[in-house]
Amino acid sequence: MRLWTWTLALVAAAAMAGCATTTEPAKGTAKGGPAKTADATPSAKAKPLPPGLDPLVHADAFPSTYKPMPSHPTAIVGAHVFTGTGQLIDSGVVLVKDGKVEAVGAGLAVPSGYEKVDGAGKWVTPGLIDAHSHLGVYASPSVWANSDGNELTNPVTAEVWAEHSVWPQDPGFNTARIGGITSLLILPGSGNLIGGRGVVLRNIPARTVQDMKFPDAPYALKMACGENPKRVYGSKNRAPSTRMGNVAGYRAAWINAADYKRKWDDYRDKVARNEKADPPKRDLGLDTLAAVLRGEIQVENHCYRADEMAQMIDISKEFGYHIAAFHHAVEAYKIADLLAANDICVATWANWWGEKLEMLDGIEANAAMVNAAKGGCAIIKSDDPDLIQRLNQEAAEALAAGRAAGYQITEAEAIRWITANPAKALGIAKQVGSLEPGKRADIVIWDHDPFSIYARADRVYLDGAISYDRHDPRYQPRSDFELGQPGEGAH
Amino acid sequence: MRKMLLAAWAVTALAAATAVQAETVAIIHARILTAAAAGEILDGTVVIKDGKIASVGAYTAVPTGARVIDAAGGIVAPGFFATNSALGSVEVNSLGSDLSVDNPAIGASFDIQYTLNAESILLPVARLGGLTSAVVMPKPGRGRGGNDDDETDARSYTAGGGDGSRSHALFAGQAAVIHLSKGEDILTRARVGMVVPFGQAGAGIAGGARGAEIVALKTALQDVRDYMKNRAAYDRAGYRELPLSKGDLEALIPVVQGRMPIIADVHRASDIRAVLKLAKDEGFKVILDGAEEGWMVAGEIAKAGVPVLLNPLNDRPESYEMLASTMDNAARLQAAGVTVALESEGGDYRARETRYDAGNAVAHGMPYAAALAAITINPARIFGVGDRTGSLEASKDADLVIWTADPFEPLSQPTAVFIHGQQQPMTSRQLELRDRYKDLNRPLPPGYSHGS
Repeated sequence: MRLWTWTLALVAAAAMAGCATTTEPAKGTAKGGPAKTADATPSAKAKPLPPGLDPLVHADAFPSTYKPMPSHPTAIVGAHVFTGTGQLIDSGVVLVKDGKVEAVGAGLAVPSGYEKVDGAGKWVTPGLIDAHSHLGVYASPSVWANSDGNELTNPVTAEVWAEHSVWPQDPGFNTARIGGITSLLILPGSGNLIGGRGVVLRNIPARTVQDMKFPDAPYALKMACGENPKRVYGSKNRAPSTRMGNVAGYRAAWINAADYKRKWDDYRDKVARNEKADPPKRDLGLDTLAAVLRGEIQVENHCYRADEMAQMIDISKEFGYHIAAFHHAVEAYKIADLLAANDICVATWANWWGEKLEMLDGIEANAAMVNAAKGGCAIIKSDDPDLIQRLNQEAAEALAAGRAAGYQITEAEAIRWITANPAKALGIAKQVGSLEPGKRADIVIWDHDPFSIYARADRVYLDGAISYDRHDPRYQPRSDFELGQPGEGAH
Repeated sequence: MRKMLLAAWAVTALAAATAVQAETVAIIHARILTAAAAGEILDGTVVIKDGKIASVGAYTAVPTGARVIDAAGGIVAPGFFATNSALGSVEVNSLGSDLSVDNPAIGASFDIQYTLNAESILLPVARLGGLTSAVVMPKPGRGRGGNDDDETDARSYTAGGGDGSRSHALFAGQAAVIHLSKGEDILTRARVGMVVPFGQAGAGIAGGARGAEIVALKTALQDVRDYMKNRAAYDRAGYRELPLSKGDLEALIPVVQGRMPIIADVHRASDIRAVLKLAKDEGFKVILDGAEEGWMVAGEIAKAGVPVLLNPLNDRPESYEMLASTMDNAARLQAAGVTVALESEGGDYRARETRYDAGNAVAHGMPYAAALAAITINPARIFGVGDRTGSLEASKDADLVIWTADPFEPLSQPTAVFIHGQQQPMTSRQLELRDRYKDLNRPLPPGYSHGS
């Protein structure tokens, strides 16, 4: 498959060499590959860069090898269906074929040959998506040997990729799936101003992280405001040791990135004009930041305080990138209007507050108040291997707090906080996040209303395949680590 | 309904100026979860008088002059307990807390009752989660859980201080039961247990190996007995030198006499067995705290009559001493006959999640009544205040909450909280922040919006 793709790329490059006057960038995707970089490949007359030195050709050095598990046509019949588009269909039918959602509605006929799953008295939601996880990079057991999430040796480490720390055997992936999680963003920690690349994963038991990588999902860039970077580096007696030091650090990094991007753009322009050109030296960190400036990577910004978020927005405008989401953002409710106006999602909790001074003003109604702003995009996320198992409960707590504050919010709307809205912030909304025809059939069947504390996932589908079944041991995967250990299978 | 309750609170506040506990209140048409022998009463009345529960039942008469609250089918439950809590002892965790001591002269003698801050902004938040009591426990070393985002690397216990004896660090100090009533001294009962870390944490204190801690504890308890027999000689400096300070030796006397339980912070099944054996050999009472692998030795725990405090959400192999963690731990221990109390992650900012912990325990097989008991009467009894609070029975303190519906459900909300018969304000700093920012289009900046 990879060979075929590579051959195709060469053919395409040759065919398009004559008109390659622009530097259309490769998508920084998990599956991008050379096929999509044809436009940017130096013309046939120019000497090609040696392998590994051209950031665009090699934008995706670790391509996704994800393959859906075997599935067959399925009809889930008679359940209360939260579509993730704001609808609740009572006694709905969900048809799944070829791993995709085929149709969703009330009273749909079940075609012959479909396995009929009785959904009477049950609830159906899209697979849940966690917009902020450290599974695999801070794997269980939480010991030194598994602590791989924060490269705390430099405040800007855009060159590191979280996927290179992900341990696919982290038992936490399995417990998250039992809670209905089908896709998740794995981020580096928040000890650095710029912590590195995050990766979107399919929550499938796998031998390699490449087998988990979400095909065609954009990468993420982790940035962090506030106390963490200044504490980590201040304690090492180096910059940043203050919030103003933090801001100087971001700006310096973006200036380097803009300069690097310009040098590569100049080089490619010259190559396209068949002029003599010296290629700039490739820099892994600046590759990532330049990809952000080209709009290919989603910026996921850890930031608690309202005033700091406003400053981060100004920095994004100064250098020309967009912040996909502020994470934690416990003060988002103070600037819900500003965040909505800038089309920035807020990935937060309902219940976490107070541990640090910058968390002191966290309130339960934060998500609901973000949601209430016109165009507001609220997300409930975990940042925690325990909470990820119960995102539905955290969403219920956020919903209850919103209602107590006087906001009229339906459950059908609130389910978007853990499905469609994280899909948007992760750049995967075309593929997942709602039950719409053509989307990946990531589906959870719950035994109670998912906003109830008693709700448990009976079954979790991933691309139309049963990835977990609470009542069938054949679909209760265990990681290598769990095998043969005390209490194996006790979950 | 909300307005009526608010008005009712204003009346209470006025009355408070003269006779704080004089008000008589009757809550009618309530589904009452008594957490007592009466079980659940489908449509009943609770009468509160002089801060106590005067009566509970289906056919209780409403006293003349009582303020009547119609619960309209809502639920009345005992106020919940936050077990293994830090309430009143921490404000902003990353800036420090009053939970740990590293002082060679003060280990067992550290008494958390002198820490308690009734004005903590965490208390009103906890109250709004239906909590009316808490067990505040000292923490061994730097052992508090934090925000996973950045604290993971720091999660480790420290050994005791200095180059000398570390025996003091075997004991983290003495726990206390508090209540959350506004404007009062919040101490309910001091010295309810002695916290001792076992397993990996204990091994670290004792010099590296688990077995060393058992030896160190046996030695320390024998020193206490020797001290008790030879006090006069000790005071004349005519006795052999003891590693523990006089204060610590004194503090441990109730432990060796079997009057004060050791709260054993322990996780692995083999360590639980070691604790049970040590308690039997040394004759002290014990409460297990943590016990993620407790279900593997449930029969032995039940046979020993030892209660367990546990977080029902611990289901991952978070550490090498919790490999067999499971969501079914609470249900399995309860089914084996163990008295279980549920504790919440952190027990401070998120203490309000106690009711959800109970709900999750039910979702994983614990009977509803058992889960209710595990956050009410069980912790009350385990920590020696079961005669005063923890259930809705005549003559107990009127510590109760009115809920819109099932209190374990996130979509249910408390509408009134009573502690010692006093109706508590349904406010918190967090709700003030919420209301300040609900309208972002006010003519003046938010700083001009506040309650007064």
